Amino acid sequence: MSKKDATKKTFDNILLTLEETQEKVGYLPAEFMVELADSLDVPVSDVYGVASFYSFLATRPPGRNVIRICKSLPCHLKDGQTIIDTIEKEIGVKPGRTTPDGRFSFELTNCIGLCDGAPAMLINHNVHVDLTPGKIASILDKYK
Amino acid sequence: MPQAKIVLKNCGIIDPKDINTYRTKDGFKALDKARGMTAAGVINEIKTSGLRGRGGAGFPCGVKWEGARNSPGDEKYVICNADEGEVGTFKDRYIIQNDPFSLVEGLAIAGYTVGARQGYIYLRAEYSYLLGLLRGAIDQAQEAGYLDGFNIAIRLGAGAYICGEESALMESIEGKRGESRYRPPFPTVAGLWQKPTTINNVETLMNVAQIVLNGGGWYAQMGTERSKGTKVFSVSGDVARPGVYEMVLGSPLRELVEGLAGAKDIKMIQIGGATGRIIPYDMIDTPLAFESYLGAGAITVYNKSRDVLDIVGRTMEFLAEESCGKCTPCRQGMEWMVEVLGRFHRGEGLARDIGYMEVLADTMALSSLCGLGQAAPFAVVDTLKYFRSDYEKGISGK
Repeated sequence: MSKKDATKKTFDNILLTLEETQEKVGYLPAEFMVELADSLDVPVSDVYGVASFYSFLATRPPGRNVIRICKSLPCHLKDGQTIIDTIEKEIGVKPGRTTPDGRFSFELTNCIGLCDGAPAMLINHNVHVDLTPGKIASILDKYK
Repeated sequence: MPQAKIVLKNCGIIDPKDINTYRTKDGFKALDKARGMTAAGVINEIKTSGLRGRGGAGFPCGVKWEGARNSPGDEKYVICNADEGEVGTFKDRYIIQNDPFSLVEGLAIAGYTVGARQGYIYLRAEYSYLLGLLRGAIDQAQEAGYLDGFNIAIRLGAGAYICGEESALMESIEGKRGESRYRPPFPTVAGLWQKPTTINNVETLMNVAQIVLNGGGWYAQMGTERSKGTKVFSVSGDVARPGVYEMVLGSPLRELVEGLAGAKDIKMIQIGGATGRIIPYDMIDTPLAFESYLGAGAITVYNKSRDVLDIVGRTMEFLAEESCGKCTPCRQGMEWMVEVLGRFHRGEGLARDIGYMEVLADTMALSSLCGLGQAAPFAVVDTLKYFRSDYEKGISGK
């Protein structure tokens, strides 16, 4: 059992450190993960294991704006697939990809808790609900 | 039984950014009252109220608090689980958006009662836009002196359904992969950093101030024998009015989905999200309670145009993706379920696989490490029971 007090405990917190780095750098560069593992004296796999476990942590550089559209049942029932197809057509890349100009990353995600506004998506930290194919272009236009 | 507002009583009434509006609605009076009572006294009120965990498992809140209170050790933690990831659940988002102060007060009462100086709110990454509001509520409570001797930190998740499971959540706060732990020991004995810990759902904590103010006996007047108080439901799917509804426990499902949410031509209802139960329309007069069906209160309604195998297949795909992978029955079982359901959906099913699915469902329920794997096969089990002909139609050659 650790005898360190509450404030010290966050010091070697791998997830917190990764989250802070991603917030600053945008993703988790391999060199950073190696460095972090060295400084904590743990195998690199311990750090990469955390980084790869969580879907919001990126080990490759994402686009400037990350689209996360919900693919779970409540959105699916409200024709979420049409919205996914519309975005794909609009930005020209399939889910899981980033546009060549680096403007958008496009990800399908599990339930984001906006089912009362289905179909719904997040772009960066912003909520977009009650989507229709007609709304997509003007929404995307706000993200440069 | 009617709608009632206990958990949502301040929603739409107070300004979630302004503590003074909360104070005019008896805000923080319960915390003051609790601090004038002994911990045993508070635990007694919570026990009398019959309040059970609103995250789905329904564990008695008073018993949990008492367990952590009585565990030896001077360092203890209280955690609020704001990682609602169950498909179709959004009540905690609505609660935090409208009344973050009641949550802070509830957590502070938990901290006092359990004997913890540190509390955590674990907020799912998908709700990062609530961070400012929640932080504001904590800061204002701190400045007003309500949190003296008690610190609340927010930890943001990073996109993992399994972290809503209490032991995985604690692993995540400790900075690790969110994998479920073996139990015992239970969190009340050895939780966060192996210290005595309570973890309560957002909605559970929202009830605490009301119980302390009005007494456990008042609360226990509402509900059924084993389900006291109210429950907040998230209703979505094929309904005219999706949204958040609070009802007295024991209210009939029909009143919620047909009456309030305006559903028509219902084929089946999934109660409790991906790990919840599926029931056909003819069971719609079922009371909503821990004795029957409840989960965390996600109600997904499917009308007659929906394909049962498509719904179940998507449910299993979700769980296969979100399984943490630590234990074999869940990790491998989900993969096989997805594969076989795909075959039935394409009309390539084998008759003998229906029996195998039932055996596998039992195995997973009995041998998985945590609630995810244990409850994962419910959608298959229930639809095999109520919609078996849909599977039979998917057998190759039929």
